Amino acid sequence: MVEKESSNSGQAYQFAHKHIFGIRQLSSTDIEHIITTAQSFKEISNRAIKKVPTLRGKTVVNLFMEPSTRTRLSFEIAAKRMSADTFNIAPSSSSATKGESLVDTAKNIEAMNPDAIVVRHSSSGAPQLLAKHIDCSIINAGDGIHEHPSQGLLDMMTIIDHKPSIEGLKIAIIGDIAHSRVAGSDILGFTKMGARVCLAGPATFLPYGVSSLGAEIATTVEDAIEDADVVMALRIQKERQNDPLIPSLREYAIQYGINRSRLKKAKPDVLVMHPGPINRGVEMNPDVADGSWSVILDQVTNGVAVRMALLYLTLGGAKSGQEQTES
Amino acid sequence: MGAITILQGGRLVDPVLGIDTIEDLWIQNDRIIKSESATPKQARVYDVSGCLVMPGFIDMHVHLREPGQEYKETIQSGTRAAAAGGFTGVACMPNTNPVNDCGAVSRFIAEAARDGFAKVYPVGAISKGLRGIELAEYAEMKAEGVVALTDDGMPVVDSQLMRRAMEYASSFGLKIISHAEDPALSFNGTMNEGYVSTRLGLKGIPTISESIMVYREIALAEFVGVPVHIAHVSTRPAVELIRAAKSRGVKVTAETAPHYFTLTDEAVEGYDTHAKMNPPLRSEEDLLAIRGALSDGTIDVIATDHAPHSELEKDIEYDLAANGIIGLETAVPLGFEMVRQGVIDVKRLVELFSSNPAEILGVHTGSLQEGGLADITVVDPEKEFVYAEEAIVSKSVNSPFVDWNLKGKPVLTICEGAVTHDHSGSVE
Ligand SMILES: [Zn+2]
Repeated sequence: MVEKESSNSGQAYQFAHKHIFGIRQLSSTDIEHIITTAQSFKEISNRAIKKVPTLRGKTVVNLFMEPSTRTRLSFEIAAKRMSADTFNIAPSSSSATKGESLVDTAKNIEAMNPDAIVVRHSSSGAPQLLAKHIDCSIINAGDGIHEHPSQGLLDMMTIIDHKPSIEGLKIAIIGDIAHSRVAGSDILGFTKMGARVCLAGPATFLPYGVSSLGAEIATTVEDAIEDADVVMALRIQKERQNDPLIPSLREYAIQYGINRSRLKKAKPDVLVMHPGPINRGVEMNPDVADGSWSVILDQVTNGVAVRMALLYLTLGGAKSGQEQTES
Repeated sequence: MGAITILQGGRLVDPVLGIDTIEDLWIQNDRIIKSESATPKQARVYDVSGCLVMPGFIDMHVHLREPGQEYKETIQSGTRAAAAGGFTGVACMPNTNPVNDCGAVSRFIAEAARDGFAKVYPVGAISKGLRGIELAEYAEMKAEGVVALTDDGMPVVDSQLMRRAMEYASSFGLKIISHAEDPALSFNGTMNEGYVSTRLGLKGIPTISESIMVYREIALAEFVGVPVHIAHVSTRPAVELIRAAKSRGVKVTAETAPHYFTLTDEAVEGYDTHAKMNPPLRSEEDLLAIRGALSDGTIDVIATDHAPHSELEKDIEYDLAANGIIGLETAVPLGFEMVRQGVIDVKRLVELFSSNPAEILGVHTGSLQEGGLADITVVDPEKEFVYAEEAIVSKSVNSPFVDWNLKGKPVLTICEGAVTHDHSGSVE
């Protein structure tokens, strides 16, 4: 199941995606529309009563087959602020550990009549598999090493909060690109919005033909950071599944960690980002993570707003939400 | 005088005899006989004009799943699919449950095959339990009909074990078939390492995981001085190694599967588990190299690697899905597509499907010689058909070619004089 980029020639713009599998399916217009929608929702989180009735009566299932507190919580808050009913299914409470397949789990969830399933899964493509078996919106909350579209969108929203536009920016992404679904979504999103994306990391961290995604590979971390408007560091693991990638976190920190002296090469108004959770002292020094240039906490706040927007748009909130509000 | 069957008006192609001619073919009982001018009264006559009449096709790489996984395929259903696909013989891989690593299992397979629709040539295991630790008992298996040895599905990692296997097998006239894969390089990989794996976020299997082991097998075979056969070649580097080895006289032979010259890794798009197999579908560059190797003789055999799986193994997460696709009923039309595209001619197609696998396995068939066993494959090269799921003969339906419009249909299959598949609609 491939969702092609939507094209909207001539006609009035309409968000036409039932599912969010990845940034790949979205056009730059779609991305702008999601971010604009998210910006309008952001204010709700600052109200005394942080709740609107927009998705009242809708059911959102959070199916997290891989441990994740942050993303699950963010989606849950997003759904609750829109008054949707939410159910969480996590590995401990789901039957995944008993050997029940994703398709079986999906069929059981279908009995709850969900309007949307937010899915996190260790298998790339798991959201597409769910969509084949259940007739409701599927929102990818991170699949394998493929994509994490809501993270990509909140990263773009965070940049737009601080810069006039993403177009023309130089964005450096440092770390394990090959095994990062965040990088997967960020590279696609940033390049679709017209940024120049420079990647750096040891060659063991760069996937085959990564330039085919539209990014450049810098020879050194300094080259990547030089004159960058945004510097993003990814969380580092020493090895993955019998695959030795780097000799030690210590050597990585020395060679590729973002510290003050490296950051001096960037533009003076550089933004420092991290999808979290940070290994302080490995991919990023504490003084960098907590410095004035850091927008890491904005990323968390924007996460809720972007996820509200995704639920709203995929559930056709524009129409049914209105009815709900007026009833 | 026994029953006579006459195939009338077909184009007989046999590269072993060096013939390509329009002639009738006469069969009496299980043998090909000299044709005569007068048609006997009781003869069964098939009008096969416009069709190719060829020595029986042999698929030297199939998984029949029996014993152990009869819900996917049985010897009965698998050979029925073989006959429908135009094959008169199949060589079945030993990764059954129990593994075909001893005479008892070999005998079980041989006995179950007696009621089959095609000849079954069992291939025994190189190592006990396919564990890659100790040699299986080759002489005992050979006595029960095993024709070659492989640990297919499981690479033999230990080079010393592979050397000893080649040496020991040669004492009994058995050939080693290598599933060439360096498992450290392909560890956890689920598709070809390339642009598509990067795009889909799937762990890649690099071409070097195949080529490094292909080189090892060539080096071992050259050193030991025995022949070796490389299964399911999928990459350009492997093709180049085999070509170079052949040119310096190493006794290496090789097979590829129709999917490697028909599809690329783009077929995995959408996380299609019917495009998941090992070795994986490769890049366009590899596909072109495979076609070149079919055409210049570097690759000797087209074999399907027929690997039936049920929905339980295929309708799940891509990275968890089982490797393999069925191939018996699509190989012939996909082979004829190579003829239509000018990659190979019909003579070469017959070598790839019949005379070469027969010679490599050392089985005495693969010819239209008078007096020889009547194993015959008849194909209508112009006949088109849709490969519909409901019409699949195999017990499993895991094929990326479902709903494809295919051209070149096996219309009549005859195994030792018995009609095992008849789609000719012309019996009189
Ligand atoms: Zn194999």
